[in-house]
Amino acid sequence: MFVREGDVCVGRFDPSGAAVLQQVMIEVVGLLSERLDRADPVVARLFPDMYPDDPDTSAELRRYMEDDLKSAKLDQAGAMLAALPPGGGEVRLDEEQAEVWLRGLTDARLALGLHLGLRDDTDLVEEMDEAVLRDPVSVRAAQLSVYAYLSELQESLVDALMG
Amino acid sequence: MAAPQVTPVETPDTTEVPATDRPWVTIVWNDPVNLMSYVTWVFQKLFGYSREKAERLMLDVHHKGKAIVSSGARERMEHDASRLHAYGLWATVDQS
Repeated sequence: MFVREGDVCVGRFDPSGAAVLQQVMIEVVGLLSERLDRADPVVARLFPDMYPDDPDTSAELRRYMEDDLKSAKLDQAGAMLAALPPGGGEVRLDEEQAEVWLRGLTDARLALGLHLGLRDDTDLVEEMDEAVLRDPVSVRAAQLSVYAYLSELQESLVDALMG
Repeated sequence: MAAPQVTPVETPDTTEVPATDRPWVTIVWNDPVNLMSYVTWVFQKLFGYSREKAERLMLDVHHKGKAIVSSGARERMEHDASRLHAYGLWATVDQS
């Protein structure tokens, strides 16, 4: 989790936290490195239509905006991976770097949240209890706990940044 | 209370504002993932809004499902929406 120390946001990662975040960001890079498939709800959410009722104009705008957005997302995931000490440790972020992390964490949570089918009325704690009761070693139980971890991490970074 | 004596004001001709003159708006839609604190921070960061205004807009998004976060020329709104997309917010452009 992140705390504010003077001008920087300092995140401390235990080995499992670092491993989880690394894995998640590698998956984000993987998703963005492939040809974007608009039929994939994650792609549609990360690259939303500017005009929902006008697919032609939306597609036209995408032609000159999507590449930049995609490279920005790839860059920020890459920057996070580069900064994250393998095996855990400390990450010190200035304001600009903290913003990169907030955007990267958002992409990761959006992708995972869509995979998990989270809705506005989803109670994450209930959802996790249910998944663990059904099968404690299921992929869903693991992904829900990763999602909860990323949410807590991002919340702590927003708090650290806003002061 | 006595009704004030007023000369009836001439009703101006109510002409529809032509569609082309209506301002464009950037709309942010609610989503189940983005944190309330993060959305507030993004509004402050991108639009220079005060904490209070950013929070009010965030709560509108949260409770009403959407909020108009900026208005103006069409190209400007497309620019705003694309910046919001870079921050992972679900933004669209529409004519008000």
